[in-house]
Amino acid sequence: MSERASTIRLNDLDLNFSKEIKRLCGTDFHTCLQCRSCSGGCPFSDHMDYMPNGVMRLVQLGLKAEALTCNTIWICVGCHTCSIQCPMAIDIAAVMDALREKAVSEHVDIREPDILNFHREVLNSIERYGRTHKLEIMLRYKLKTRDLISDWAVGMKMLTKRKLDLTPSKIERIGDMKKIFQE
Amino acid sequence: MSEVPAIEVSYFPGCSLATTAKENNQSLIECCQKMGIRMIELADWNCCGSSSAHSIHHQIALDLACRNLSLAPPGRTLVAACPSCTLRLKHAQHRLKNDEAARDRYMKMWGRPFDPDLQIRHFFGLMEAVDLEPLLASNGYIPIDMRFVPYYGCMLNRPYALRSSSNYYGIMERTLTNLDLQPLSWAYASQCCGTFLTVARPDIVTPKVNAIMQGAAESGADCIITACAMCHMNLEVRCTLKKPIPIFHFSEILSLAFGTSRHQDWFSRHLIDPRPLLKSKGLAAS
Repeated sequence: MSERASTIRLNDLDLNFSKEIKRLCGTDFHTCLQCRSCSGGCPFSDHMDYMPNGVMRLVQLGLKAEALTCNTIWICVGCHTCSIQCPMAIDIAAVMDALREKAVSEHVDIREPDILNFHREVLNSIERYGRTHKLEIMLRYKLKTRDLISDWAVGMKMLTKRKLDLTPSKIERIGDMKKIFQE
Repeated sequence: MSEVPAIEVSYFPGCSLATTAKENNQSLIECCQKMGIRMIELADWNCCGSSSAHSIHHQIALDLACRNLSLAPPGRTLVAACPSCTLRLKHAQHRLKNDEAARDRYMKMWGRPFDPDLQIRHFFGLMEAVDLEPLLASNGYIPIDMRFVPYYGCMLNRPYALRSSSNYYGIMERTLTNLDLQPLSWAYASQCCGTFLTVARPDIVTPKVNAIMQGAAESGADCIITACAMCHMNLEVRCTLKKPIPIFHFSEILSLAFGTSRHQDWFSRHLIDPRPLLKSKGLAAS
């Protein structure tokens, strides 16, 4: 965080951004009073560049570029530990969802591209089969990230323990997935 | 065991139980049957969208959950065993109840009106409705002499919008105490397992998982018992400790206590073999 600019320039504030995120996530992050309960409880805050309360502040102020390019939004897994601890009842995980979606649609620099690659492979699998085919998701993910070596042993163990099906389980009315994914 | 009058529920297995955690699926159906609950699989169910859909595309996430809701026959409770699937389904129902545009889209896409009265329950909700004591008194059970730590992961958390849905904290301890197991307290009962970060950032998940597994061992437990298939997989896959303690699905232990004979195919699927422990306790011998 220390590497980041410490000056907030009023001209850089985008208050429409703040409104747009509020509309997307349906929760009022303007009530955040910076108590940091969320950040104290977050199991993954050690790996985030901004703490969750910091992200709330960025969105309140309309610091769009900072909010969309931080790694926090990708490290957050949506476990809702923060959401249940927030004394102002802000659904912090929903704010993170909205920011991720915005980061993707605005084609900003994604700080954790591998995590996004994984999410995309899961969605591709659901589009193809209506369900997730884990073996294929993992293989495609590994090809995309050009890393076939790490986790090889884990994968083999899972195969021998029959935890990975070789063929996908498919829904019957696959046309329904086309309906969902065409937009 | 004598037959108990059956309650019928719609059952949403979800992708994890249908594939990587088949032993969870089979033992769940089995223990429900022993409790007089018939699980009727939701016909042609699709993935709830998992973490990935709501992470990057809220509309796809909502549509995927809505399709499942539209498949549920009216008047029959919809039960999911995966905490994440349950949350997605409940979230979609909450959205549909409060958003007319979402209801219109639902009607247009699935050609059926939205049923606001559909009951959506996690498996814990079913357990709560079962009166275990008379069932055990009339049918008997196999006492399980094990000390365990309950692992809920993030499943007891929910966003503010779903605050009025039941909270099941302590349900595994209460239930399993009836079957002679001894719960121990520990620091990690509600610590998130790291879920999908396990794929792209194992460097974050491995130390988390090791801390959880170490915490369980230090508490003096024989095993961890969890009710989430994702947690079960992450703990097994990412643990790098030399002597990891076994992790059971809640449903496996229930089925064992109810005297199942169908467990042969369950424990061999665990990455951390629980069979030596079971053998030492004189369980699951056949």
